[in-house]
Amino acid sequence: MSRLLVSRLVVLVLLAWLPAAALAQGSPAQEPVTRALTITAEQNWQEDVFFYIFAAATVASALGVVLSGSVVRMAVCLFATFGAVAMLFFLLQAYFLGTAQLIVYVGGILVLIVFGIMLTSSSPWLKFEVKRGELIASGLVCAGLCAGLCFVFLRTSWNGTPQTEHFEVSALGENLLQGYLVPFEVASVLLLVVMIGAAFLARQDQD
Amino acid sequence: MSQVWVPWRENPERFRLVGLKAVAWGPLLIVYGLFKRFPSVLFFGGGVALCLIIWLHAELFAFVETNLLLDSSVNIHAERSFFGGQLSMAEMKTGAATHIGPAWEWLAYALYPVGHEFVRDLLAMGGLLIIISLIPLFTIWWERKVSAHIQSRMGPMRVGGWHGWTQTLADAVKLVAKEDFIPKDGDRPLFRLAPYLTFVPSILAFMALPFGSYWVFRNTDVGLILILAMLGVEVVGVILAGWSSNNKWSVYGAMREACQMVSYEIPMGMALLLPVMVAGSLNLNTVGQQQSGGWFTWFCFQNPFMFAAALAYYIASLASCKRAPFDLAESESELVAGFHTEYSGFRWSMFFFAEYCAMFVVAGLAVILFFGAWYSPLSEAWLSAHLSGTWKMPEGMGKTFVMGILASGPLWFILKCALLIYIQLWIRWTLPRIRIDQVLYACVQVLLPMMMILLLGNTVWLLLVAEGSVAEAITNYILGGVGALIVLSFAAVAVRGHLQRRQLVGYLAVDPLPGS
Repeated sequence: MSRLLVSRLVVLVLLAWLPAAALAQGSPAQEPVTRALTITAEQNWQEDVFFYIFAAATVASALGVVLSGSVVRMAVCLFATFGAVAMLFFLLQAYFLGTAQLIVYVGGILVLIVFGIMLTSSSPWLKFEVKRGELIASGLVCAGLCAGLCFVFLRTSWNGTPQTEHFEVSALGENLLQGYLVPFEVASVLLLVVMIGAAFLARQDQD
Repeated sequence: MSQVWVPWRENPERFRLVGLKAVAWGPLLIVYGLFKRFPSVLFFGGGVALCLIIWLHAELFAFVETNLLLDSSVNIHAERSFFGGQLSMAEMKTGAATHIGPAWEWLAYALYPVGHEFVRDLLAMGGLLIIISLIPLFTIWWERKVSAHIQSRMGPMRVGGWHGWTQTLADAVKLVAKEDFIPKDGDRPLFRLAPYLTFVPSILAFMALPFGSYWVFRNTDVGLILILAMLGVEVVGVILAGWSSNNKWSVYGAMREACQMVSYEIPMGMALLLPVMVAGSLNLNTVGQQQSGGWFTWFCFQNPFMFAAALAYYIASLASCKRAPFDLAESESELVAGFHTEYSGFRWSMFFFAEYCAMFVVAGLAVILFFGAWYSPLSEAWLSAHLSGTWKMPEGMGKTFVMGILASGPLWFILKCALLIYIQLWIRWTLPRIRIDQVLYACVQVLLPMMMILLLGNTVWLLLVAEGSVAEAITNYILGGVGALIVLSFAAVAVRGHLQRRQLVGYLAVDPLPGS
């Protein structure tokens, strides 16, 4: 089997996944299971303080990723970004999501990124030389994106008092295996295909 | 040789204590002598004292809640602000005056801080920090003694009195006083950041690790994966430490180590799924409390897949903690010291604190999920009924104390963790180190398929074998018997070793040249 064939198969599966996932997300088969122990938390000033701290940390470390001089420092700032986002999840009492963020993003994706950086970079201090045309094009794209985001933010009606419902992890499991089973299975097949494809593409050539 | 030659005078002349002075100072001297001679007394005494303080604190709070409450309409669990207490000072004073006695108003002053959740959190954090400092202190000394005795030598003997029990403390002082140098071309901020990225997650894992029934800083429904997340964040610290040292051996060590830690998280996580399936919750307190019925209710004896999963989790956790035989990162004979080669002084000790705290955390997870959490082999319900019925012990502090010693409690948890840590030390100094490709082979081609089979088998077992059926009971008792045999064999080996401790290695010595 040639590598070309395998890479084409991977692309095919990726393309086939998109419509399947789009179709499946529209309607769960039954009412989602929500078991709630309502904790009505009024917005008190302590939550605001922590929110501003974590939000500032997220923005600052994201800026650090973009403006850093060394590739590894970019990775460390990315780690700080992921960590601050996990803290925001904890503040919203979404404990499972916060820990999943730490396990998947920090423990998995960030480690992978750092491996990739360290094993492929020729020097730790990189200097980007940006051409004038690239600068203009990227500037236009970013300005457009920023305008679009601002438009969406200003048009959304943000809810005044957030409703925090303490949700049990078992409800998550039941939803994944009952209501949202098809997207779940499609996502796992996608992961399987990607893993096999990556392992195959990265194997050593056998004579 | 049982005597170590000391060139200095052994003991100063003892002063005589007679009469009233003996009564006053005698007990203190005895306690001091005890602590001087037996470091285990210090460690376990410290643990017991901490448990007593926390328990007293909880009892005081219960006292405040039940006795000083004015009337039942006051809702003690109502929402209150961050710094607020549950009862105001005036309420406490009048409550004390009415319920206990008019002269006991001063008690309100003593008990007022206990009502604040903020104060309770601070006390719990202080307790955790003390535990986190004591664990490496004891374990490092113990490792040196265990390694020494396995190698037919004595280990630390001088520093502190009895078998050098303050050796770690002396080492810590020395490390703090060492020169702190950073490699010239290394990345300075990252070099300084890396030890903290390794150490802080180990501490944070204690936030969700229960030492007893609800003896936990934060009882979250996702406690288990919180601890797993913390162990996963440690990998980043290791990589950064290796990279920022500007040393190619450090980078090699860091890469191997990160690869190994990340790979072994998979079988570790899968092995932890099995008890979660049996218990039905990720909450560590729930998982622990389901094992309160004595030896045969421990999760490792429930079905053969759990038994194997306990072993698989233990092996995977060895690799995740970078303990031998998977200690390529700090392989002293190969890479100088792996990823922490360039670290000296206090920064180096941070890595070791992190490693020993992580050892305790993974041993703690194994104990909670497989080996009966904080419960003794006696059934708690049986013991409670027995104490009330046959021995006619009244409900109260006495019975709680006895139950805490015999049936359940943090002491049992710490003792079981200590046994598992001892096995980790034992394995380190017995087995040779394996290569990185053998490490990954063991993970991906042995442990991972084994874990998949165990996961599938456990699921099928839980679906097909009904609760309380004969097959389940037979399996339970057989596995429990096997477990008891293993523990008794540990004891037998220890006793034999102790009885033969003064013999030379003799018949185990091998001729250096074949045929000679």
